[in-house]
Amino acid sequence: MESIIKYLWLIPAAPLLAAGISALLPRRRRRLSAGLAIGAISLSLLLSCAAFVATFHSGPVTNNFRWFDFGSTSVQLGWVLDPLGAIMAVMVALVSLLIFIYSLGYMAKDPNFTRFFCFLALFAAAMLGLVLANSLLLFFMCWELVGLASYLLIGFWFQKPSAAAAAKKAFIVTRIGDLGFLVGMLLLYATTGTLLFYDHGQGCLEPTAAGGLVASTTIALLIFCGAVGKSGQLPLHVWLPDAMEGPTPVSALIHAATMVAAGVFLIARVYPLMTLDAKQVVAWVGALTAVFAASIAVAQNDIKRILAYSTVSQLGYMMMGLGAGGVAVGMFHLTTHAFFKALLFLGAGSVIHGCHEEQDIRKMGGLRLRLPVTFATYAVGMMALCGVPLFFSGFWSKDAILDSFDREHWLGSQAPFYLGLFGAFLTAFYMTRQVCRVFFGKPNTPEAEHAHESPPVMTIPLVILAGLAVVAGFFGTPAWPWFQAYLTGRQAGFDLSKLMEGHALMVMLFSTGLVTVAIVWSGWIYGRAASRPARETDPLQAAQPALFACLQKKFYVDEFYDATVVRLTAAFAKFSDWLDRVVLGGLVRAVCWLVLALARLDRNVDESVVNEGFDVGSETVRDSGRWVSRLQNGQVQRYLRVIGLAFCALLLLLLWGSR
Amino acid sequence: MILTVLTFLPLTAGVLVALLGRDQQKLGRNLAFAASLLALALAVTLWVGFDHERSGMQFVESVPWVPSLGIEYHLGVDGLGLLMVLLSALIVPFALLASWKIEHNPKLYFALALFLEAGLFGTFTAQNFIHWFLFWELSLIPAFFLIRIWGGPKRTSAASQFFLYTVVGGIAMLAAFLALFAASDAASRSFDFVQLAVNAHQGGLFAGHTTLATAAFLGILLGLAVKVPLVPFHTWLPAAYAEAPTGTAMLLTGAMSKMGVYGFLRILWPIFPEQMQAWRHPLLGLAAATIVLPAAAAFAQKDLKRMVAYSSVNHLGYCMLGIFAAARLTDGSAFFPNEQAAALNGVILQMFNHGLTASALFYFIGLIEQRGGALRGLDDFGGLRQAAPVFCGLMGIALFASLGLPGLNGFPGEFLIFKGALHLAARTAILSIPGLLLTAIFLLTILQRVFSGPLPGKWSGWPDLTLGERLTVLPVMALIFVLGLYPQLLTGVANPAVLQMLKSF
Repeated sequence: MESIIKYLWLIPAAPLLAAGISALLPRRRRRLSAGLAIGAISLSLLLSCAAFVATFHSGPVTNNFRWFDFGSTSVQLGWVLDPLGAIMAVMVALVSLLIFIYSLGYMAKDPNFTRFFCFLALFAAAMLGLVLANSLLLFFMCWELVGLASYLLIGFWFQKPSAAAAAKKAFIVTRIGDLGFLVGMLLLYATTGTLLFYDHGQGCLEPTAAGGLVASTTIALLIFCGAVGKSGQLPLHVWLPDAMEGPTPVSALIHAATMVAAGVFLIARVYPLMTLDAKQVVAWVGALTAVFAASIAVAQNDIKRILAYSTVSQLGYMMMGLGAGGVAVGMFHLTTHAFFKALLFLGAGSVIHGCHEEQDIRKMGGLRLRLPVTFATYAVGMMALCGVPLFFSGFWSKDAILDSFDREHWLGSQAPFYLGLFGAFLTAFYMTRQVCRVFFGKPNTPEAEHAHESPPVMTIPLVILAGLAVVAGFFGTPAWPWFQAYLTGRQAGFDLSKLMEGHALMVMLFSTGLVTVAIVWSGWIYGRAASRPARETDPLQAAQPALFACLQKKFYVDEFYDATVVRLTAAFAKFSDWLDRVVLGGLVRAVCWLVLALARLDRNVDESVVNEGFDVGSETVRDSGRWVSRLQNGQVQRYLRVIGLAFCALLLLLLWGSR
Repeated sequence: MILTVLTFLPLTAGVLVALLGRDQQKLGRNLAFAASLLALALAVTLWVGFDHERSGMQFVESVPWVPSLGIEYHLGVDGLGLLMVLLSALIVPFALLASWKIEHNPKLYFALALFLEAGLFGTFTAQNFIHWFLFWELSLIPAFFLIRIWGGPKRTSAASQFFLYTVVGGIAMLAAFLALFAASDAASRSFDFVQLAVNAHQGGLFAGHTTLATAAFLGILLGLAVKVPLVPFHTWLPAAYAEAPTGTAMLLTGAMSKMGVYGFLRILWPIFPEQMQAWRHPLLGLAAATIVLPAAAAFAQKDLKRMVAYSSVNHLGYCMLGIFAAARLTDGSAFFPNEQAAALNGVILQMFNHGLTASALFYFIGLIEQRGGALRGLDDFGGLRQAAPVFCGLMGIALFASLGLPGLNGFPGEFLIFKGALHLAARTAILSIPGLLLTAIFLLTILQRVFSGPLPGKWSGWPDLTLGERLTVLPVMALIFVLGLYPQLLTGVANPAVLQMLKSF
């Protein structure tokens, strides 16, 4: 079915249309809004499956089109159908559908139900568009729209100031990463002359592109900035735990399974651009993030925050996998994680729902008898996350990541490998702590005692996801690496002896050992603590108060950012305002003053010099006239005297003159 | 003939409206609005009749006026002029609708707005300096009165500063052009833009008097820099926009602010390419300052109107970045033609799209002010989304468009400008990137403080958008989406003009 490529655009378009119609619906049309969203995503799922099947028959196919002209060229966008995009589209559509159905139950009592499904549909459209985009520009545009949907959904309960603040924080922090992404994208555009990934040999990821395949560390790391922001890697992870302010289905869909995975998907997409140095950076950032977040999770008491930090940590693992092992390794963990993390979040939602909106694990307890289905599925998810061997997908995917650090393929230091093992230990530790506190022991509050199981519309998706969390693992074991082979276009052979191979076997044994120790130890500490009341301090807190406080306060990173970046920005803003009002405004006022002074000087000159001068001149003329008129005193004697004198003078002059 | 009709239609209508009796306010308003719609229809006809394939000026009218002084009545539009005319024609009816409820002598208000529109049309279609300057200065007078009579508490000083600052710049420009005229030899003397550009290209201007040339360049630069505005000549803007009534603020930001950028593209660059090249680095620095400093200052404001005013300066800074980055001499051979074309197309797109988005934002803030009893502080409200969800939704769309969210109209322009600028002026472009972040911060802060959080009791009766208001803002909202998804509508017209501009270098 090569023609599927012509209809690929329908996959994101259907939910977008649903979102557009929903935006115009009045609040009371709840069923229509939900129906549109679920119908659209089901259509997208069907088409994605068809696309998935189509990738078995042919290589990557593209459908490019012109967006607008500039200069003598034009900006092109396009869609691509290849294994990477197809498997991601199926995963996104499937998890979205399950969470949409779950939301019917979870958000049933919310007054803004209609708007919720509108935003969910918008998110699904943007995410699917991102996954199928054949142009880094189209990818970036969908990436930003995914950020918008996240903003709208985190701040969904907008009356809560903390939710509104969390939404703004998420958008701003991811935007910081996006700016690096933008610069990297523009550099790539400048170097290769195109942003299309695949374009019959001319695409920017293809070896025969105009500028040659530019595997550039600068461009790769700039693009990685975007992934750091979106996937909550160190140091841009601070928005993810706060994003738990949003409703739990949002946390499950966006902040566990899909949007945060977009960063990982981005690196997988532009993998041909990654140089060895860039891969080293990616792996290191991932390893550090994995351990950093896992340590913080150990000391958290909010059921969703534990899972949020767990997500950050697992995203770190995915980055490690990409950096050390390649696209297939990272994507495998992304897929298994999507299933079990969504499962865990939805399960947490079920618990919260059952305990009447309680989220503190110290106020729960004994829920395994009251919420049996939730408990069973949650246990499956927890074991998958911890990497309990053989039957749980997380084991296979995490070990694949750790396995890629064997010295043949990984030329850097082994430190990320040990960090990864330590992180696995911590993961098992904090998950056991959480499960013990929530599901075992005795209920700590009346709400926990009267907790009720959730309706089937919420538990059925849990069961389906639990099944996927188990089954998905079997597609990527070393014995039958179907997933890895599918992504790289090879054939996978079934060979059980691969399980016993050197490095892989060592990793499996090591990780199993660590996980067992962690579960046993944590179970021993918290299993007993679960029977004690909530007011008692955490045993870990009692043992190591300073360390626990530091972990609980998330290593004080938020406080650090507040004191530096936030304060700096506010100071810069005040400086700029001061510059405008005092300095530049002052200059303008000074010019005004100067002109006014000149005007006054001019007036003074007019009055005192010109006017006065004229007056003095006139006075002089008058005075001299007055003086001259004194000659006319009316006395004839004087006149005769003067005539006589003048006559004599004249005679003398004439006589003397003629001589 | 159509350009003459277009320019004199609002002028005549304005005179008619002004001459009506004092008791005919309603008739005056309706007549003015009808005239503005008619002008819009004419502008659309212009658009439809515009030939995308031809480069150069279209709809040219040329009548000698004072031949001995080289003054001609010379009109014409290319892609750039057409888009600016269309923008002005779109903003004026929008602004008039926003001002419908003015109580004090609305007839005069509407007449002045029409005079302003005539000034805008005249400036964007003129091809001769004296003609252009006439309309440039003339458009100041209605703006001054609009602020002075109907403005806020500090309107006197705001209007006076706005008027005087711009006039000083205008005098510098006039002096420069007269010097230009006097310094050229009698054969090639002209005030005609195209002719002057040709003369400059051939080296006939100023014939070797480089100091005089630089002085003239700086004079014209000053005049345009005040209008755009370019930091540090922008201090008149926040006060003027904040004190202006809503409709006037929309006109100022939507259309008048583009006159300065237009001047850079139409006058300064074609006539003084060497000086632009020589002064490129300081100018790029000023552009970066215009992007970053006002965005930061906006964050420190507590008045919503001042925040959006500073945001306007920031957005025009991107236009300046694009122009200065593209203003490289190419010594004949094509240097980075597509990057230059990208930057210039981005500038034109940004001009058009920002005009729409910013006027929509001022409209919404005007509505907030009306409903809030003249309050418009950032912290005066809260939780309004609960009372007025449609208002929040539409203003949110305008805010995100202003931020440059892809899919809305703010993105293509910014993308193209940075694409060009990163290649042609990398360091300045990188320095300007924080502007994108700062803009996001304060625009989202507006959304957070005004619309989120608990709804205080005193605002619980806050009315949502009425049907009339929704219809008023609908065309601009539709354009925000359409131009974001299909920017070819704009680049189809702008690109030929840009290529023509680049060809002459």
